[in-house]
Amino acid sequence: MYSEKVMDHFQNPRNVGEIENASGVGTVGNAKCGDIMRMYLDIDENQVIRECKFKTFGCGAAVATSSMATELVKGKTIYEALQITNKAVMEALDGLPPVKVHCSLLAEEAIHAALWDYAEKNGIKIEGLEKPKNDISEGEEEEEY
Amino acid sequence: MEKKIIYMDNAATTPVKPEVLEAMLPYFTEKFGNPSSIYSISAENKKAITDARELIAKTINTAAENIYFTAGGSESDNWALKATAEAYETKGKHIITTKIEHHAILHTCEYLEQRGFEVTYLDVDENGLVDLDALEKAIRPDTILISVMFANNEIGTIEPIAEIGKIAHEHGVLFHTDAVQAYTQVPIDVEAMNIDMMSTSGHKINGPKGIGFLYIRKGVKIRSFVHGGAQERRRRAGTENVTGIIGLAKAAEIATGNMKERTEAERAVRNHLIARIEKEIPYAKLNGDREKRLPNNVNFSFQFIEGESMLIMLDGKGICASSGSACTSGSLDPSHVLLAIGLPHEIAHGSLRLTISDETTMEDADFVVDNLKQIVERLRSMSPLYEDFVKKNS
Repeated sequence: MYSEKVMDHFQNPRNVGEIENASGVGTVGNAKCGDIMRMYLDIDENQVIRECKFKTFGCGAAVATSSMATELVKGKTIYEALQITNKAVMEALDGLPPVKVHCSLLAEEAIHAALWDYAEKNGIKIEGLEKPKNDISEGEEEEEY
Repeated sequence: MEKKIIYMDNAATTPVKPEVLEAMLPYFTEKFGNPSSIYSISAENKKAITDARELIAKTINTAAENIYFTAGGSESDNWALKATAEAYETKGKHIITTKIEHHAILHTCEYLEQRGFEVTYLDVDENGLVDLDALEKAIRPDTILISVMFANNEIGTIEPIAEIGKIAHEHGVLFHTDAVQAYTQVPIDVEAMNIDMMSTSGHKINGPKGIGFLYIRKGVKIRSFVHGGAQERRRRAGTENVTGIIGLAKAAEIATGNMKERTEAERAVRNHLIARIEKEIPYAKLNGDREKRLPNNVNFSFQFIEGESMLIMLDGKGICASSGSACTSGSLDPSHVLLAIGLPHEIAHGSLRLTISDETTMEDADFVVDNLKQIVERLRSMSPLYEDFVKKNS
């Protein structure tokens, strides 16, 4: 059901992890629906993304789109990163099954959420960036077993 | 070298046993006659079907005339519900079932609701068990049918069927049970258990796909499901699926014949799997009842991770399993069964079902747990939920 590229990025995800004191962190998705993506950006003084890491709770496609998204934003300026669409992520993965398209949207939103966090932290406005929807269900008690 | 496949999805389907296939094969070729015809090659087939029906009837302690061959579990469920609803609607239009039934029951109930029937969907407790008091309280003067599954396909919980049958009969209400998962895994006596109708399926018991039977107690008014010829006492017309019936009977014969030893062996492997997972994988919760449980069912929820990812990684190791996560169902909602036992969505997404057979060895079980441990650890290391959890608790 998945392309070879999706399988590759799922089985050998690039840039998994966290960045300490990241320039921007964005978390999008909803545990209820079974997908949460968190993206960490390390951005230098020239507004170039030096480093990008992710953590994802979700299906194979969610992991693969996160991995591909981090690859696509690395080395880009924040404005170039803003232009990366879910379509670009999907194309880079040789496509996704129709029921998994929302995973690529999540990847695009994760980039935007991390950029928004960066902009807020630095008191700047990134032209063309809108406040991302953060629909993570809050307030639910954590269950432990 | 070919990779070894470890099949732990026997609740989804099972392979046809070689003896079953061998019994079926002649009926594809030389014994091809239509059982309704008059000449001898057909008369032999009619006899073979009669024998199969008798054999199957004995496995559940009933008479052969109460066994109706169908295309399997879903058809049996559809028939039992729709045709009794129609036959008894002058008595009443209320049906009682549970929230954890198979979709063949739930979606048929929804269909009946659209046609003016009222359905009560009983809650279950955290282990998936129906509350008998709640069941009895739900019975009304216009209740015509109670349908409760014998054992749940996802979490393996075995319902108190004999007690439900008793309550149903005390109140003069028909009792149907979907025994697709339970048949040949648990002893079934339709007389002692007061079961009026029961659905089963061939391919869950090492028989072929496309065959099953519906047991209907004599005297139950039920409308014909397929109109046409005189087959199945005119209630389900159409030339018999002879090869399927022969295969089903052979599979039932083997599976009931060795039920005791086979389920004991399965139970040992099942308990080993459960014990190792509970001991070695943290934040894992066993779903379903510990005691009242199918001998071949293991179902766990692993916190902080998602089921489909687990399945793909297990598949990479040659392990076939299933999950109640949304991603495996094609919808955004995880399994209705896991939600009904009270799991929060995110925990339900991280569920894994392993259903073994008598061919599953302890070595297979160990191989699965060894790999599962690594997979769960790896997925947790990638999970933002786990990261938050660790930070919160450090």
